[in-house]
Amino acid sequence: MTLNRNTRIAAVVAFLAIVFIAVPAVISLSGRFDLYYTLTSVALLSIASAGVWLTFYIGRINIGQGAYALTGGYVSAILVMNHGWSFWLTLPAAGLFCAAASVLIGLPILRLRGVYFAMVTLVLTEVARLLALALPITNGAKGIVSIPLPGALSVFGITLIPDFATLQNSRLAFYLLAVTLMVVCFAIMYRLVNSRIGKLCQSLQQNEELASSIGVNIAYLRVIAYAVSSFFGGVSGAIFAAISQSIYPSSFTVTDSVNFMLNCFLGGLGYVFGPMLGTLVLYFGWDLLFQTGRFQLLIYSGLMIVLMLVLPNGLLSLAETTRKKG
Amino acid sequence: MAEMLEVSGITKRFGGLVAVNNVSFSVREKEILSVIGPNGAGKSTLFKLISSFLRPTTGEVRLKGERISGLAPHIAARRGVVRTFQETTIFKNMSVRDNVIIAHHLRSKASLFGFFLGTGTAKADEAAFGQSADEILALLGLSSLAHEIARNLPHGHLRALGIAIGLATNPSILLLDEPFAGMNHDETMRMVEMVRRLRERGLTILLVEHDMPAVMKISDRLVVLNFGQKIAEGTPSEIQANDKVIEAYLGSEDEAIGL
Repeated sequence: MTLNRNTRIAAVVAFLAIVFIAVPAVISLSGRFDLYYTLTSVALLSIASAGVWLTFYIGRINIGQGAYALTGGYVSAILVMNHGWSFWLTLPAAGLFCAAASVLIGLPILRLRGVYFAMVTLVLTEVARLLALALPITNGAKGIVSIPLPGALSVFGITLIPDFATLQNSRLAFYLLAVTLMVVCFAIMYRLVNSRIGKLCQSLQQNEELASSIGVNIAYLRVIAYAVSSFFGGVSGAIFAAISQSIYPSSFTVTDSVNFMLNCFLGGLGYVFGPMLGTLVLYFGWDLLFQTGRFQLLIYSGLMIVLMLVLPNGLLSLAETTRKKG
Repeated sequence: MAEMLEVSGITKRFGGLVAVNNVSFSVREKEILSVIGPNGAGKSTLFKLISSFLRPTTGEVRLKGERISGLAPHIAARRGVVRTFQETTIFKNMSVRDNVIIAHHLRSKASLFGFFLGTGTAKADEAAFGQSADEILALLGLSSLAHEIARNLPHGHLRALGIAIGLATNPSILLLDEPFAGMNHDETMRMVEMVRRLRERGLTILLVEHDMPAVMKISDRLVVLNFGQKIAEGTPSEIQANDKVIEAYLGSEDEAIGL
């Protein structure tokens, strides 16, 4: 995107004002407190989708983010329940655990391209679910329940974040947490894509052989991108577990993995903020179609097909064309 | 002249097929050496062996005395052996200038994390790459197309872009994969000029090629392959007079070897 510096700063300020001030204000005025949960979900799903988007950016179709979200949720839940860790510590731990796992898994499977990689990642989600069912530590189909709400976060005796259990409105707290992480996640993504690393990722996407001929360590770069992607998946899963105070093998399934991918498609694979917009539209779109009862899935799928035909480069490509015309 | 690249006793078997059989030769510094041969002679395999895109079954390739065969392609590139591809292998959706800038990867002093943070080293790298890319584009006559998206370029310019990408890595030896294929006479002559200019800048060049007249014009020495074996080596005039070479090309027209 080629907006000039001032426009960019204005856009960022406007965006921050909307998510941190306008949205909470509107919700408290209208009394629709349920929207907090919806918007929190959107923010968290968009973090996981951002990860998927990054793997798209190196030319890999990733339908396995559900596996990392599930793993992240379990890592956080187990550390809190069995080892008495603070939720705040489990958040990076869940991300790092997923990143480490993805390095081990990614080293062999990232050699695959196109539909082969996509199929393996699809299976990965199912493997994660079956593992969660089978492993003793995950407590099988019963899952892990009654996870306490995040406690206080203090550094050097100063309380940065209060204990969620003592708050009157933990939904607002979760919303602010999710949105803050979303902003941080997309800031990192924006920087990645607009630095030389982004160009290197593009070079992988467009021609891996040529990239290696100019000295790019393609295996290394692929693994790094996949690890960052999985880190985001793990973090978002961990917060989901904390919000719902529970995690089950079916908390993230193949459907979720597919949705993460669709969010990226819908928003636009060429735009960093694509997954954010895609998640928002898809999540609310699905809810709006609830009115249509048993036709919900039919209309939804039909619309998705039409959108991909009409807008193969995603919703954000609309903004691009209008700007060019204007 | 010092020897830049040394290929010794290299053999590549694919199952029962011996694609390259015990081939040895060396490329001297600042030399233009061409590998020629009829279709299926093993030229492409040899090319991939030298650029480390394939691992030899036996034998080895040395650059300035250091073994490079069997390394990963990006490590061979780091040592200074860089190949170009035939035309379609470029970063299609990037601008011409970005194609060349990204190819400066090996020259970067900053780490990936440095680029992420935008450190001073990273910024200096970016500036240097941009400047060097502009110089390379000017050298290859691509300046006016710098901001064009690469996939929109015509054939001849695509080939030049491929060479620009190779040059940006600052190689010790540049391997050109059929640089004249599919070109008309004018384009071929321009490419011949371009390759000569590269050598004048101190580059050593090894090329694999079909186009005999161009090869005869451009090369200091030639290596001729047939059925995976080296059948001749020498200057263009020696090769043209070599009985084995004429025999190998028998059945194809005389003008194919520039007679």
